[in-house]
Amino acid sequence: MPTLTLIQAVNDALKTVMRQDQRVVVFGEDVGLKGGVFLATEGLTKEFGEQRCFDTPLSEDGIIGAAIGMALNGLLPVAEIQFQDFIFPAFDQIVSEAAKFRYRSGGMYTVPMVIRTPYGGGIKGGLYHSQSGEAYFCHTPGIKVVVPSTPYDAKGLLIAAIEDPDPVLFLEPKRIYRSVKGEVPEGHYTVPLGTTRTVREGNDAVVFAYGAMVSVATIAAEKVAAEQGKQVRVVDLRTLSPLDEDSVLEHAKQTGRVVVLHEAPRFCGYGGEISALIAEHAIEYMEAPIVRVTGFDTPFPNTLEHHYLPDERRVCDALEKVLTF
Amino acid sequence: MTQGAAVPLSAEALAPIGILDPQGQLLPGAEDPRLEREQLLAMYRGMLRIRVLDERMLALQRQGRIGFVGTATGQEAAVVGTAAGLAPSDWIFPGLREGGAALFRGMPLEEYVGQMYCNTYDTAKGRQMCNHFQHQAGNFVSWSSVIGTQLPQAVGAAFAAKQRGEGTVCAAYLGDGATSSGGFHCAATFAGVWKAPVVFLIIDNGWAISVPASKQTAAASLALKGKTYGLPARSIDGNDLLACYVETRAAVERVRAGGAPEILHLKTYRMMGHSSSDDPTRYRDTAEVEAWSKRDPIARAKRYLEGRSWLDDARDERLREELDAEIRGVIKTVEAAAPMALSTLVEDVYAEVPAHLRRQYNAFLESARKHGDARPSDVPFPL
Repeated sequence: MPTLTLIQAVNDALKTVMRQDQRVVVFGEDVGLKGGVFLATEGLTKEFGEQRCFDTPLSEDGIIGAAIGMALNGLLPVAEIQFQDFIFPAFDQIVSEAAKFRYRSGGMYTVPMVIRTPYGGGIKGGLYHSQSGEAYFCHTPGIKVVVPSTPYDAKGLLIAAIEDPDPVLFLEPKRIYRSVKGEVPEGHYTVPLGTTRTVREGNDAVVFAYGAMVSVATIAAEKVAAEQGKQVRVVDLRTLSPLDEDSVLEHAKQTGRVVVLHEAPRFCGYGGEISALIAEHAIEYMEAPIVRVTGFDTPFPNTLEHHYLPDERRVCDALEKVLTF
Repeated sequence: MTQGAAVPLSAEALAPIGILDPQGQLLPGAEDPRLEREQLLAMYRGMLRIRVLDERMLALQRQGRIGFVGTATGQEAAVVGTAAGLAPSDWIFPGLREGGAALFRGMPLEEYVGQMYCNTYDTAKGRQMCNHFQHQAGNFVSWSSVIGTQLPQAVGAAFAAKQRGEGTVCAAYLGDGATSSGGFHCAATFAGVWKAPVVFLIIDNGWAISVPASKQTAAASLALKGKTYGLPARSIDGNDLLACYVETRAAVERVRAGGAPEILHLKTYRMMGHSSSDDPTRYRDTAEVEAWSKRDPIARAKRYLEGRSWLDDARDERLREELDAEIRGVIKTVEAAAPMALSTLVEDVYAEVPAHLRRQYNAFLESARKHGDARPSDVPFPL
């Protein structure tokens, strides 16, 4: 089985579906001959021609608006937004249109489409190449939000997203595009949307994470195991919306001590939803307050980004809090 | 044709293309397209049907039986003339006042009126407020209230049709206000670059709610906007049924044959308020409205048809009565609609109702039953 980086797995997923389904088209800014600024679409124009992988004018609302029209009329568009920070001109198309078409038309019109976009910090990209905007989209019924953290999941989830009948926002943690490697099967396979993955077993506490924070959580868990002999479970949420709520509640009940981890700001962030879900349905199982480890409620910094981004030390501190309560 | 250069640059050349004068007489130098009697009468009927429907719907709104009406009064030629210029398989991405185009394409009146009542006769299951029509069988796409968002979608749908070599053209309707939106800019940009088979139909009725078209652009004409995107554009007298039809058909066929996407700027006038909730006397001069009432598109088409001996007052009155009777009958039917299933609250958000929505619905249903809001057919989802 080939060993691929996460970005190679994305590329492999696109090639795999494009070979099997003529309806799949890939487009965005610089995705053609250049292959995208991160090379996610490298080689696609060469293999599939400009009719199926092509550059667009520099307009995010145009890209997503056109993708919706293509999806309405029988294609399976995979649109790239170069950085998630640049998605907001298309916010209207995503929130008012893609997410609402099925509902507002009583199921007569649907938009099966995928928006791929690199997100998150840790690459010294400053305010506009580092943000984690998942909460904006998770707050919007009608669009699914998916975040892989391994090459295997990146390929399997992306193929599942392209084959899904609903619009999917596919957030790619760019910080680990090349730093994680893993075995990725050749050819077609899927990882079902709406399922979590247990990354590390343990019954003393659980950390819920996604994207680049999954490996941060795992390092912290190993450290706690080595230093204190406590076994911390790490769960990769993978699909943020619709969330596998049963799985989250099961992990929370089994461990009784919960840390939620993400890069995005805390206030009204995704961790608040996980905390509320557990508080509402499993408070009687909790042995300690639920603790969130997140970015600060500030714009994303540049010079001090390593302090903004949660690291294993902050996760260890949070674990200390819930384990010793 | 009196005027008609594509992408005109001088203000004189922007005078709208017309065939008939307001009295229904051929303009000097204009050529009568000599359309068939049946076709012309069908178009006339389509216009009159919108007029009668709007009158009835406004009356219903005043009686509190429906919530909202955005009439097409004064714009019927621009709606029906353009719709008639499309092939039946062409797609329509409409705006607020183009419901009559769906009717012209065969949308059942029960569905139209059902949408105004937002009840079980509405194919959108009452999800949208009144006056937001769709008709899937007629390729008349669901429209949102957001201005300009449908335009890049029309380009994408046109791209898909071109990719499959179908020869389908997408008609993207917009108003004068929407020409200021980002949606128009990106749609016109993409359409030009992709050579997508799309025709933009700007129904310029002079007013975006209370803001006059003169405050939407400093350009001498909205047709000038085509120039910067590389799209041929023409201004047309939007109250002239023949000109609307002939010019739309010609543009659509040029695009279908592989020509560049086009813009048609149809100059017309919104005779009523923006909607049943709007009082236009607060912001516009009644003299302007009176002047436009002399250019009424239905009266003009009627005079033309009279000139060809295909219509007279008695037949016109009969047609109006027929249309009104049909509408009244349909209103009766639609008002007797069965109640909406409560489960439509959570259905069609996704292809399948996800677990969290099933739980939310079941919890709601328990409460609805307690308060007598549920019927026996409203049952919980399996968990």
